[in-house]
Amino acid sequence: MSAAAEERSARAPWALTAPALMLFVGVLLIPLAMTVMLSFHDWGQYKGIEPVFILKNWHEIATDPYYAEMFWRTFRIAILTTLLTALLGAPEAYILNRMSGRWKSFFLLVILGPLLISVVARTLGWALLFGGNNGLVNKLLMSLGAIRSPIPFMFTETGMVVALAHVMMPFMVLSVWAALQRLDPQIENAAMSLGAGPVTIIRRIIMPQIMPGVLSGAIIVFSLSASAFATPAIIGGRRLKVAATLAYDEFLNTLNWPLGAAVATLLLVALVLIVVGSNALIERRYAEVFR
Amino acid sequence: MRRNGPLALIFHAIFVIIMVAPILVVCLVAFTPEGFLSLPTNGFSLRWFRTIANYPEFIHAFWVSLGLGALSSLVALLFAVPAALAIARYRFRGRDALAALFLSPLMIPHVVLGIAFLRFFTSAGLGGSFAALIIAHVIIVFPFALRLTLAAATGMDLSVEMAAISLGAGGWTLFRRVTLPLILPGVISGWALAFIQSFDDLTMTVFLAAPGTETLPVRMFLYIQDNIDPLVTSVSACVIAITMTALILLDRFYGLDRVLAGKGDPGR
Repeated sequence: MSAAAEERSARAPWALTAPALMLFVGVLLIPLAMTVMLSFHDWGQYKGIEPVFILKNWHEIATDPYYAEMFWRTFRIAILTTLLTALLGAPEAYILNRMSGRWKSFFLLVILGPLLISVVARTLGWALLFGGNNGLVNKLLMSLGAIRSPIPFMFTETGMVVALAHVMMPFMVLSVWAALQRLDPQIENAAMSLGAGPVTIIRRIIMPQIMPGVLSGAIIVFSLSASAFATPAIIGGRRLKVAATLAYDEFLNTLNWPLGAAVATLLLVALVLIVVGSNALIERRYAEVFR
Repeated sequence: MRRNGPLALIFHAIFVIIMVAPILVVCLVAFTPEGFLSLPTNGFSLRWFRTIANYPEFIHAFWVSLGLGALSSLVALLFAVPAALAIARYRFRGRDALAALFLSPLMIPHVVLGIAFLRFFTSAGLGGSFAALIIAHVIIVFPFALRLTLAAATGMDLSVEMAAISLGAGGWTLFRRVTLPLILPGVISGWALAFIQSFDDLTMTVFLAAPGTETLPVRMFLYIQDNIDPLVTSVSACVIAITMTALILLDRFYGLDRVLAGKGDPGR
């Protein structure tokens, strides 16, 4: 290659990515930086936003127990949702993987399809199923004898967790599914020929190998649940606030933008720390799987 | 490999029923002949679908969503295709960092993006405008457009390009006549997936939309906040039908597992 051509090929990737890079710096990084700055501004009912540097909003979040309770609720719902999707999604992915070709792709479409259907429509479905104390879910559970008195689902954390788990389930199935694709089916046969029973095979052979898939699915589900908006807003109603719905209220109802920006910044920082931290842990723990 | 036992199949059946139930119930209630929320026990009726016509704000919101999805996915591809080609073909310093930046809208909560864009566009004097919505949607659908184009560009046979170059093709001709046709399935699927993401987004858009630029999910959400009646189920049923059509087309032409698994993702 001539010197000129070499120089051109060194510049080419930058020329090709420059438009996208400028777009991302201009309308993603700058707005995010502006939001962090906004959280340090002052606000008053009558004076509006004052561009001064003040720790008022952060102080309020740190000292007012309302915010501690709200963040704890947000993360509690996200943790329960993650556990529920892992407990149901991992076995389902395993069962799905053992089906024959045509059924496998049909049910994969049925289970992953909802991922692309409007969250508003899916949550509306749960609102209809829960519908007060004589909703379909309660009627079914009572006729099966599983419960004596109706469980309140609407405007409760229970309802939020159930609906969120449904919304997030495809991510977990997909993640475990991807891990199962890397698994050599012969290992299972080898274990069987050495006399291992089904329980031993699942516990000693399958579980350790799909664990990275479960964990990376858990990270996705957790971070999406902790920042979910539509489902908590519709199922939780106006009183049971989580971080996203509270930030929405501060921005569009109370109009206290700086406080809303502080809530959003805290949510972002907490999630980035949790996600990056657990990713690093998983990759160290399961380094041999990723190699 | 062993087959599924009866217990596994029962688990599977219950799982699938739970996954489908909320979507099915919305579609069924939409056909109720009654004036209130109920399953259509005595006959199906299209009355609630006809009622949509009396609510121009839903129709208008539908057109806003459609235009927004189509345009923002197209603009995202204009930026994503060159970027994908660079990331797929060249090993350069900062490549991983760039890929991470371009995929970062997947990791940033949409509520945070909504707030950041609201603040940004309000101070730029574009608050509540359709242009602001387009730019914001370009950012959130960019990772999907990039991923699928990247997958296509990574799997491409470079010797075809070499042959074209040796025959004298260069620059724009090379891209238009050789490269683009080869990566086109990935580009089209990227557009479709980006469109669906834009069409369905509520969390970010709810911060940016003003009366007149409300998208369908935003209109539905604001409506549900006030009351839930059969009208919103018939609107939802239409949305579900549109998404299902796009989904089946996507599955036919590209394979849904490939679209969703994001095989071209360099970070994982």
